Amino acid sequence: MDTLIGILNYAVFFAITAGIFAILSLGLNIQWGYTGLFNIGIAGFYAIGAYTSALISGPPPGPMDWRTFGGFQLPWIVGFISAALVSGFIAFLIAIPTLRLKEDYLAIATIGIAEVIRLVLKNENWLTNSVWGIKHIPSPLSTPIENWVQHFLDTNPQAPFWLQSLVSNIYNWFYLGLVILIMGLIYWTIERMIRSPWGRVLRAIREDEVATGTAGKNVFWFKMQSFVLGAMVMGMAGSLYAHYARFIDASSFEPFFGTFLIWVMLITGGSGNNLGAIIGAFLIWGVWAGTEFLTSQWGLSGVRAASLRIMCVGVILEFILVLRPRGILGEEKVVSAILRKGDKV
Amino acid sequence: MDIASRISQLVIYGIISGSIITLGAIGLSLTYGILKFANFAHGDVMSLGAFVALFFLAIFRLANLPTQPLYPLSFGLPLILAFILGMITTGVVAIVIDKILYRRLRTTGSVTLLIASVGVSFVLRNFIQFVWGPQPRYYIKKIQITERIPFLGVRIKPDEVFIICVAIFLVIFLHLFLKNTKMGKAMRATSDNMDLARVSGIDTESVINWTWAIGSALAAAGGILAGIENKFITPNFGWDMLLFIFAAVVLGGVGSPYGAILGGMIIGLSGEVSTAFISTSYKPAVAFIIMIVMLLNRPRGILGEK
Repeated sequence: MDTLIGILNYAVFFAITAGIFAILSLGLNIQWGYTGLFNIGIAGFYAIGAYTSALISGPPPGPMDWRTFGGFQLPWIVGFISAALVSGFIAFLIAIPTLRLKEDYLAIATIGIAEVIRLVLKNENWLTNSVWGIKHIPSPLSTPIENWVQHFLDTNPQAPFWLQSLVSNIYNWFYLGLVILIMGLIYWTIERMIRSPWGRVLRAIREDEVATGTAGKNVFWFKMQSFVLGAMVMGMAGSLYAHYARFIDASSFEPFFGTFLIWVMLITGGSGNNLGAIIGAFLIWGVWAGTEFLTSQWGLSGVRAASLRIMCVGVILEFILVLRPRGILGEEKVVSAILRKGDKV
Repeated sequence: MDIASRISQLVIYGIISGSIITLGAIGLSLTYGILKFANFAHGDVMSLGAFVALFFLAIFRLANLPTQPLYPLSFGLPLILAFILGMITTGVVAIVIDKILYRRLRTTGSVTLLIASVGVSFVLRNFIQFVWGPQPRYYIKKIQITERIPFLGVRIKPDEVFIICVAIFLVIFLHLFLKNTKMGKAMRATSDNMDLARVSGIDTESVINWTWAIGSALAAAGGILAGIENKFITPNFGWDMLLFIFAAVVLGGVGSPYGAILGGMIIGLSGEVSTAFISTSYKPAVAFIIMIVMLLNRPRGILGEK
């Protein structure tokens, strides 16, 4: 029983992280999967969301802190919404010059943007507290839930160990519910939008920009909406991460976790398929966690083990690109609110 | 120090880092021009070259090669041999990666190749980190004193003169290769129009092999020179240089090796001179802004053809 609860607790922790990655992957799917906008600066928007939320809902700077800004201690939901808005607004500013670039130049530009955002996080101490990061970010509803847990443990000291460990972990269950709820809402919204005429314009732009422009659609404006919307979703994921981890610093948003892993997830699941984006996220996060188990079995640890695991993810990506470029699910051919899967178009 | 002499000193640093960026940029520009995709692994190819040279240095140390420095340089014959072997090995590795991976994706379009190259970049970087660990590895442990150049009032180390000379030598060598040899001409023709080159009887597969080999060997040279300049290398340094290299390529014009030289020098100089006015840590941001301004106003670059 104890082992079972241990596994269950780990599964909850696993699913929370995978769920946050799934949201990032959904955000990338709007930009890349449906519109063909090549963004390899996901980490930048993810970080903006996390820092915005932490500064708005987090505690004011302590006596040992370098930062002099933020810590308004507003409710979590205000931080979450601001994360999406700020991330979207910065995406808007970035998009004005860069969305006119063709796809490989856009890729180079977005990697530069992510780099500049990373430099700002590292150097602007007044805002981000530099390498010391932002600590004690409150988790939503953590006080009442943790008080209840404490109360339960105090009043039931004879409860068996498995029950105690299950109850102690109850906050993670709550947070998992929150992540799944938000992921579901985002999924549902994107599905609705993609099945509308608006979504078909995005796909048309991806297939042939010039033809879509000739058909009278404002290509730049549609790309802008897609880019900003994707960045807002990434910002939301950042907020969920910050309030779960309760501590953020620049190292949480390095290119591997912030960008590369998400690309591998989306490509594995199938670009242009929202369900694929979610499946890919859980699957690749499973590979990531599984390789940790393997490397520890081989007695490897630390940086060397991490390097080996990153190599493994890289090799998986190359295999998928060569053997199954459309991913596990692949793109849905028909996306329409009226037509069904089998209907002739 | 007054501002004029400070800036002239920064210009010297700019020329040194420009030489290193140029060697990276030439290779990237060649592969970009001929294979039509932005190779995001190119920075890590620079690191690979530097670490392969480190590997040969270790072998020479075991083989008890004479290590006394070649005056006035701070390093001896083993590093120069390791330099050459590092370039050759990296060129071969690039051809092997092409055979295993890129070749299979060549028909699927440039974006798939780009994604694949991002994957290669992570695999290479983490391979290096797996083998050598994350800590800095030293080429040279000796500290070298800067020498004053008469009349100009600037200081430079003999090693840095070596870096600039090697870069100039390699660039001239590449120029003669592209202008005079049959393969060089075939490479330029393929870069202009691959289909036309193929129907003219050019063996485009061997052109592609040569492009990978030369581009990656030059990148390795850049990486090793960066190691000589900084004295040490880390697994991440090539990835950190990628933005500078891309900026140089875009500035000079994709596919134009001469543009890459110009772009590399401009990016190197502007990065160093900017440190007189803003924080050193924002150097990549300067390169990035120059690149974006160029992309928006003249996407084909200074020397690029339409």
